[in-house]
Amino acid sequence: MPGADLLDRPTVGTRTPAAAGRRAGWRRRLRRDWVLLVMVAPAIGLLTVFHYVPLLGNVVAFQDYSPFVGMAYSPWVGFSNFVRIMEDPEFWSATVNTLVITAFQLVFYFPIPIGLALLVHSLLSPRLRMFVQSVVYLPHFFSWVLVITLFQQMLGGAGVLNQVLRANGAATFDIMTDPDLFIALVTAQGVWKDAGWGAIVFLAALATVDTSLYEAAAVDGAGRWRRMWHVTLPALIPVIVLLLILRLGEALTVGFEQFLLQRDAVGQEAAEVLDTYVYFTGVVNADFSYAAAAGLIKGVIGLLLVLAANKVAHMVGEQGVYSR
Amino acid sequence: MTTTAPARRTGAARNRPAWDEPPTRIGQTAKGVLVGLVLLAVLFPLWVVVVTSVSPASAITEAGGLVIVPDGFSLGAYAELLSGGVVTRSVLVSTGVTIIGTLFSTVVTLLAAYGLSRPGSFAHRPLLFLVLLTFLFGPGLIPTYLLVNSLGLLDTYAALVLPGAVAAFNLVVLRSFFMNLPQEVIDSARIDGASEFGVLTRIVLPLSKGVTAVIALFYGVGYWNAFFNAFLYLNSNEKWPLQMVLRTYVLQGQSIPGASAVDSTLDHTGGPVASLAIKMAVIVLALVPVLVVYPFVQKHFTKGVIVGAIKG
Repeated sequence: MPGADLLDRPTVGTRTPAAAGRRAGWRRRLRRDWVLLVMVAPAIGLLTVFHYVPLLGNVVAFQDYSPFVGMAYSPWVGFSNFVRIMEDPEFWSATVNTLVITAFQLVFYFPIPIGLALLVHSLLSPRLRMFVQSVVYLPHFFSWVLVITLFQQMLGGAGVLNQVLRANGAATFDIMTDPDLFIALVTAQGVWKDAGWGAIVFLAALATVDTSLYEAAAVDGAGRWRRMWHVTLPALIPVIVLLLILRLGEALTVGFEQFLLQRDAVGQEAAEVLDTYVYFTGVVNADFSYAAAAGLIKGVIGLLLVLAANKVAHMVGEQGVYSR
Repeated sequence: MTTTAPARRTGAARNRPAWDEPPTRIGQTAKGVLVGLVLLAVLFPLWVVVVTSVSPASAITEAGGLVIVPDGFSLGAYAELLSGGVVTRSVLVSTGVTIIGTLFSTVVTLLAAYGLSRPGSFAHRPLLFLVLLTFLFGPGLIPTYLLVNSLGLLDTYAALVLPGAVAAFNLVVLRSFFMNLPQEVIDSARIDGASEFGVLTRIVLPLSKGVTAVIALFYGVGYWNAFFNAFLYLNSNEKWPLQMVLRTYVLQGQSIPGASAVDSTLDHTGGPVASLAIKMAVIVLALVPVLVVYPFVQKHFTKGVIVGAIKG
């Protein structure tokens, strides 16, 4: 999570000729640095075309955009798209779903990487620890399609679970299509895919703990659990607080592909989140202006949440994604 | 280590610090079970899928579906999938997009990271700001879709590469790595008359092999796994990458229009190759490149490249 602090971070060997030349005239600097500019050009060009141009394209949210006449000739309608959204129960249901899933995952997902990191950290054999780490990081590199397909093969109607139940004469049930279990299912998928990866940050924090603290605590008679409570946990608190704040800053984002892929199976009522709502109203129903407005609402509130989250992070003395 | 360790300490216990009390049997067992369950949760689904994909039809019929205990061996499913048809095509598409996309993204990112790695160079701050600003606000799905549409990129392979070609995150990681290289080496090369491009290829890149490899692999895994751009921008299914086939054919259990090879295998369930084995083989095909590449990325986790990047 690097951020704008990189702009001002003094680098090793700042006294390079280049840095000293900051005060040189821009003409001279341009003549000296034009090769660097050529090198940067492709990346800046791509970011401009595929990031900043569509960013400006959000003006369609204030239009009644028609693909046939284009952005330039579509009529302006002010905030009427936003008014329509506010009156749309489906928008609110998608918002509620998103927030409920975020809250659910804060309770049932967030602590798992911490637990996993503690478990891995407590393994004494370096080879076993490496092996466990390699295994639990692996699913992070699988696509959502793959992860959901694997879950389907395990827990779905024709999956291993039901196969075993059927063989034993028990009643079968299809977890993959049950709207009531959906929130638990997506959380389980998230845990399977990313909990191991999420543990990396905590493992890094655990590695920085001074072992003499453990030794001193042990000499003072603190047992294993008390050492964990009084030495390990305080070392993790800053990371936990930071990640918690950052997660709250992204409260409106719960993962798009994961929901898009399973919306058919469990139905719109359970699986519609803000991102899928934008996709279905916009691309599928071709109501571009309306969906762009919904996306803009989500984007702006998301931005405010991120800014607020960073403010809070700074207040509790953490760095946040960017510094002041 | 040997002086303080009691004689009965063997195996992992040798790594136990002297002040740490030996674990209780219950605690040790509980931990072992927990670790076992974690490993099983990740590896069991992969095992079942791989085993079923190489099982003959008889084994699948006998198991009543997915095969957990191997019983016979057959590569029939793979032979069928890779003998032409939609899956073969999609594997080629995915491979092509991954290779070209990775090369393109890595080169563009490398150049920009180097170009922005010297504080005080012309327009360095505004350009860097432009890159960093992309973290804060995404352009939104609808405007991006409209843009790709108006550029005439709908239903082209370019739509799978260009919109996400530069990950600002990778650029920033690479740039900060370049900035932490010993500047004296770079300066002396420049004084000796090396061009900027020469400095990048002959000095900076050889010093940054590891981080460059990691970033290329991240891009590569991203391209291989990409599903949504294909879903959004491609209309004709002969251009589908493997993830689209995986989703339509395996996850949704639908046949693919115009895909005669797969269609026929869907029908003859009683044939020599079970359709379930074919589905599992599609999953394995999606899995294999990640598994092949993974050890190379994994090596670098411990080196702090990625941890440093995550911690910022």
